[in-house]
Amino acid sequence: MDTEDRVIEFLGQLAAWFTDPMHWQGSDGIPTRVFEHVWYSLFAALAAVAIGLPIGLLVGHTNKGGEIAVNISNFGRAIPSFGILVLAFALAGFGYIPIFVAMTALGLPPIVTNSYVGVRSVDPEVRESAEGMGMTGWQVLTRVEIPVAMPLVMAGIRTSVVQVVATTTLAASIAAGGLGRYIFDGFTQLNDAEVVAGAMLVAALALLTEFGLSRLQLAVVPRGLRHHAASAALDAKIGTGMGAG
Amino acid sequence: MTPLVILATALVRWDWIARNGDEIWLRTQQHLVLTALSVLLGLVVAFPLALAAIRYPRLYGPLLGVGGVLFTIPSVALFPLLGPFTGILTRTTALIVLTIYTVLILLRNTVEGLRSVPADIREAAEAMGYRRTAQLFKVELPLALPVIIAGLRIATVTTIGLVTITAVIGQGGYGQFFIDGFLRNFATVTIVGIVLSVALAVGADLLLLLVQRALTPWTRRTA
Repeated sequence: MDTEDRVIEFLGQLAAWFTDPMHWQGSDGIPTRVFEHVWYSLFAALAAVAIGLPIGLLVGHTNKGGEIAVNISNFGRAIPSFGILVLAFALAGFGYIPIFVAMTALGLPPIVTNSYVGVRSVDPEVRESAEGMGMTGWQVLTRVEIPVAMPLVMAGIRTSVVQVVATTTLAASIAAGGLGRYIFDGFTQLNDAEVVAGAMLVAALALLTEFGLSRLQLAVVPRGLRHHAASAALDAKIGTGMGAG
Repeated sequence: MTPLVILATALVRWDWIARNGDEIWLRTQQHLVLTALSVLLGLVVAFPLALAAIRYPRLYGPLLGVGGVLFTIPSVALFPLLGPFTGILTRTTALIVLTIYTVLILLRNTVEGLRSVPADIREAAEAMGYRRTAQLFKVELPLALPVIIAGLRIATVTTIGLVTITAVIGQGGYGQFFIDGFLRNFATVTIVGIVLSVALAVGADLLLLLVQRALTPWTRRTA
């Protein structure tokens, strides 16, 4: 049988997998797996924003500890998230806790680094004139620095969330749920159609998240700064080695 | 983080490490070979693409767009997606996916690096009678080298992290320690994998930094 026949046969198996009603219901159905994947990622991403954003903004505002804020992102790239996940499992056992810990840790660096760099990128003259107008430190942060830093802050959040959604796929490697379940179960059962179906679902969810967040980014970034947003997003993504999942 | 490190250290069974030097060396070799091959392949693909993108700037946007989409897809999903063509559990699949990620990083840095060469230097080279190719290799490329090597460092460190995932498709490397660590519920193996992976990334990064310093001595004065 030549390659073409094999590919056509495989596409048939794939179509059969997706149209099998068994794969659309119950605890191993696509809706359940999507739901698991989304909430695993969501809580970790929210925690990463809640922890990382104040740190990055504060370090940027006070300009103390800046080197740590930048290096955390470089160092973060070297840490294998798969390993951290399995280590968290060794310490915390089955369940959501190891996933939450590992995914939050994974999501932190791009948010800290980008919000720090964003605040630091505010023109010193702009900051001085804000101070000259009598603004307090808090007012300078909330009315000048944060709006100006918004393209980078949002780019960091977007990178972080997409990375978390992507890497949550590995939760299945420590016997949890989510869309990675299909990939890992397919491997052990030598069911290629299930592996590829899972991969397609994971890819679709990651791309959808990226697209949704880019819309959100456009809505949140002040109009005058929007032309920066797209290139900032790409910088954040590559700069932090996205796809590390 | 610190209590975590202390706890993790307490979990390490040092005698396992002493008894399993062979396996550690095997995983290191597998990890190194996959990393080196995909970074080299990435360079080979990205360099002509970068030249094309500079010559035909219209290509650059779409190239980055496609790259951005591929970059968003997690590697653990991209491996299987190539499966119908190159087989899911093959080294070819691993190499193609890893190379895709490195190409995007290297392409961007090579283009940015070459574009950052000041126009007056380019004009001076032309006025001195450099031909196009000679000007590229003797004038523009050396000046772009710090930015290109910065991209190479990011690509290498990123790849070392990604190679841990290739264990899932049976390609060994340090990721195999994570799989074993989970299956045998044995933290030592996992910690060994993490430490070696980080050490390899930091080591490769430093090595490339030294290479850059050696190749571009003129940047040291300003740095």
